[in-house]
Amino acid sequence: MKAATFLAALALGAVSLAAGAAVAADGPTLAAVKQRGHLMCGGDGTRPGISAPDAKGEWGGFDVDFCRVVAAAIFGDPTKVRFIALTTVQRFPSLQSGEIDVLSRSTTHNLTRDAALGFDFSPITMYAHTALMVHKDLGVKAGKELDGASVCVPPGTSIERNIADFWQQNNIKYKPVVIDNQKELNETYLAHRCDVIANFLPGLATIRAYQAAKPEDHVILPDVLLKEPLAITFRQGDAQWKDIVSWSVYATFEAEEKGLTSKNVDAALKSKDPEIQRLLGVTADLGEKLGLPKDFVYQIVKKVGNYEEIWEKNVGKDAPLKLDRGLNKLWRDGGVLYSPPFQ
Amino acid sequence: MVEAEARRLVPRALSLDNETVRAVVLQVATAAAIVAALYLLGTNAAHNMARQGIVSGFGFLSQEAGYDVGESWIAHSARSTYARTLVVGLLNTLYVSAVAIVLATVLGVLVGIARVSPNWLLRKVSAGYVEIFRNTPLLLQIVFWYTVMRQLPPPRRALQPIEGVFLSNRGFTHPVPTWDPAHGWMLAAAAIGIGAAIAYRRAARRHHERTGRRWPVLWPTAALVVGLPALAWLAGGSPIGLDVPRMRAFNFQGGTTHSPELVALLIALVAYIGAFIGEIVRFGIQAVGSGQREAARALGLRDGHALRLVVLPQALRIIVPPLTSQYLNLVKDSSLAVWIGYPDFVSVTNTAINQTGQAVEGIFLMMLVYLSISLSISLFMNWYNRRIGYRR
Amino acid sequence: MTGGLPMAAPAQRPPLDRVGALRWLRVNLFSGPLNTLLTLVTFGAIALVVPAVLRWAVVDAVWRSADPAVCRAAAGACWAVVAEKHRLMLFGLYPHAEHWRPVAATVLYVAAVALTCWPGSWRRIVLVPLWTVTVAVFLVLMLGGALGLSLVETREWGGLPLTVVVFTATVMMALPLGIILALGRRSRLPLIRTAAIGLIEIVRGVPLVTVLFCAAVVFPLFLPPGWDVDKLVRVLVAMGIFYGCYFAEVIRGGLQAIPKGQHEAAASLGLSYWQSTRKIVLPQALRVVIPGLMNHVISVFKNSTLVIVVGLFDMLYATTAAIADPLWIAFYTEGYLFVGAIYFLGCWAMSRYSQFIERRLARGRSY
Repeated sequence: MKAATFLAALALGAVSLAAGAAVAADGPTLAAVKQRGHLMCGGDGTRPGISAPDAKGEWGGFDVDFCRVVAAAIFGDPTKVRFIALTTVQRFPSLQSGEIDVLSRSTTHNLTRDAALGFDFSPITMYAHTALMVHKDLGVKAGKELDGASVCVPPGTSIERNIADFWQQNNIKYKPVVIDNQKELNETYLAHRCDVIANFLPGLATIRAYQAAKPEDHVILPDVLLKEPLAITFRQGDAQWKDIVSWSVYATFEAEEKGLTSKNVDAALKSKDPEIQRLLGVTADLGEKLGLPKDFVYQIVKKVGNYEEIWEKNVGKDAPLKLDRGLNKLWRDGGVLYSPPFQ
Repeated sequence: MVEAEARRLVPRALSLDNETVRAVVLQVATAAAIVAALYLLGTNAAHNMARQGIVSGFGFLSQEAGYDVGESWIAHSARSTYARTLVVGLLNTLYVSAVAIVLATVLGVLVGIARVSPNWLLRKVSAGYVEIFRNTPLLLQIVFWYTVMRQLPPPRRALQPIEGVFLSNRGFTHPVPTWDPAHGWMLAAAAIGIGAAIAYRRAARRHHERTGRRWPVLWPTAALVVGLPALAWLAGGSPIGLDVPRMRAFNFQGGTTHSPELVALLIALVAYIGAFIGEIVRFGIQAVGSGQREAARALGLRDGHALRLVVLPQALRIIVPPLTSQYLNLVKDSSLAVWIGYPDFVSVTNTAINQTGQAVEGIFLMMLVYLSISLSISLFMNWYNRRIGYRR
Repeated sequence: MTGGLPMAAPAQRPPLDRVGALRWLRVNLFSGPLNTLLTLVTFGAIALVVPAVLRWAVVDAVWRSADPAVCRAAAGACWAVVAEKHRLMLFGLYPHAEHWRPVAATVLYVAAVALTCWPGSWRRIVLVPLWTVTVAVFLVLMLGGALGLSLVETREWGGLPLTVVVFTATVMMALPLGIILALGRRSRLPLIRTAAIGLIEIVRGVPLVTVLFCAAVVFPLFLPPGWDVDKLVRVLVAMGIFYGCYFAEVIRGGLQAIPKGQHEAAASLGLSYWQSTRKIVLPQALRVVIPGLMNHVISVFKNSTLVIVVGLFDMLYATTAAIADPLWIAFYTEGYLFVGAIYFLGCWAMSRYSQFIERRLARGRSY
């Protein structure tokens, strides 16, 4: 009886190997996503405006919309995406193991992650930096006054390293308080367990706007600790997938540059401008070169929006966060968003 | 019946009805299944990692970690290697486990004795404690105590139950004696005192076995263990310097601070495991049976002697095995620290996994470390159990 | 005949302090100076604590109010936080409009458990259909996607039903696995014995947290590409294997308690190993180990909370999330007491039940 069980297990194993080989030969992530019928996207899930489910369980936010951009590009339907909430510690193993197809979780692009962790990155979706937020009643004006402070930090992040560097550069000391669950970490700061909470700037803004009882009790210090270029992360070794995600992101830049919004894109289909005709797939088949429908840019803009719309709706002037776009403006407006041509 | 008999008498050489053949087939199949499973899992992982360009192996241990750990028993900074950072986490796990084991044992013994006390009120109160704490999830208790700690006032408005002792959401802060050479002498004196006490008790036992007469044990032991360090303190000029904590800028300076994470974890572990130990102790004492106690009294032993010489040695034999498994549970349960951010081994390793992406290696290290700790405790307790067992 | 005997002394009432309440007090509370002191100290502590707790929890408490300011003004407990947030605490992220489904599923489940606890139901003809139907209906209610119910994925399950799922699935997997491992550990075949011992000892030496991490985080890396196993399923299987090893050790104790004569008698009847194990050894061994197993079953219930470490939204996580609302955070004690009471009731009922079974079995043995 036992032997039978084991033989069954053995057979199962053999089948699994065969099945694995079959899928591997078929290759790319795109095939798996299409077969499944939806994109699997890892997100934070605790940051309103960036990535969080609302009261009805519907996910929304800046990071979330970029997953919807990719889903719209593939399926022409931004709802064909399932979200998984991941902590900082869970996010990379989850991506490595194939549980998710893309990680859109305010993840910083750096060399180690690119080279040693086996990841690739989309173009930067948000240029941010590590900043510090303190309780106002401490009367602190700058980071270097924080000698001996307790600092709440998310573990296993670039923020954690930036903090270590910053305090060392200023030759002062601190006590890290490290909790994996971002919501618990925020609670810990808000309960005054920490004097300071460190995060990328929009992250701090969400804590202040959504989780603090009195937002005016918290000050974000002017210090810029380190660059945090945030991008969509995915597994290395699938060139087609990298192209799909990258050009989906570029499409949001390009649409803003060409003045295409979700409201006017239908009218723009009839535009005489050859660049717009090419971009929206009226005349060219750019999408098909990526393995996508011809009109993938149209789908993105129509169903989700251009970069400006995504920004303003989630973190900009139409949202409680009211973040300034800063570097996240088009190159012609003094920012660094710049899409290679859609040709 | 007859058929079965016949079958056993005439084994068909190479059929599954032959017990030896069956044994071999079964074992070969098991071995093959295990090897195949391991091989499949291993190749899958290797294939997956190679495909994604994940660097595997333990090379990362010698690289710079780049992050700080809140509490450490050895010198540590962001420049330290991953290996050293993991050791910091391991020491924190050992520290919290050791302190919790001692406190939980003390609490458990008190509760166990209270549970069999002739006093009805005490019996009921201790039973209530055991029921409540044993029947509530440990993680819930940890989360609760951590919330309590976080809701304490900030350090500037810290509670001060005794002068110099502070309770705030930065933890439990108290003064420590400023270091003085006399403290070194006191430590040495304590070591000598403990050694001498052990030697004295051995001599007392031999004397008892030879002559049947008892030397006093309690007072000389106390004098040696407590008295000698006290003498050393007096001889060293009785230093009374105290490093009193003071509020400075953000946190207390001076004294010693136990972080809220540590305090919450300790309270929860001690209260939870203490309740289990209380039940074990109660069971051990009750199992000895009142006849033994009455017999001891009939022999003319005083109550204290009866407890120490007759009841406890027998109770210990019953108590030690389940106590061991409670200690093991406690060490393993201390890993729940990860939820509230006490930098124990699991928590620190988690961070390392995320910085380096070496998830497989990290989990392997976690399992290895806990297996080693569990094995060490089991070996020690087995040795102790043999020592207190029946002497033949 | 009676004349020669001394007259019996007329019956006298014993001294007052030897009977009734006074005697009880003397024996139980004031039998000696130490005992008296203990009584006074304990009584003093109770007199200090209990009225204060009662005043906080009952007299000054706010029972219902949608406005946290009312609570902040009151001196007592704010049970209003439970009234306000109980849906999130009990059902987590489950779609709000569909909350009747987890309610119905949980009620059904509790009824099935209650029926199973009644010893009269301990027959295969009752239990097998009962639990097949219960599990099937529970899953259909929770998961939906059939009979006109909308699909609710396991990722959205939360709160009490998720705790129930984790608990039940773990016990249902751990029991057969425990039996197989216990038999394997007592096998005469060295390889099978070694394999069983190896698995049991390794699993029992590591914390549940690491096993859960392994299942949730690392295990997918060991699967062929394109294979996708639901996270909840992975976690449940991990819990099942983990507790299977603990169950195995208890069951092994029961197997060892079976006298050798039983094995020999079975063999002399010509029963094969599996026949004698199934018909003779296991039924006896499992009866003996029920109380020991119940301890671990209670532990499964309590440790089902650990799934929050890998991001599942069980009742404890749902509660922390519910009371993280800045308006209500001050009343965390009430929130935790509420879920604590639910867990306590479950565990306490199980331990009482286990004592009942123990007595019943002891009665059965003493013929």
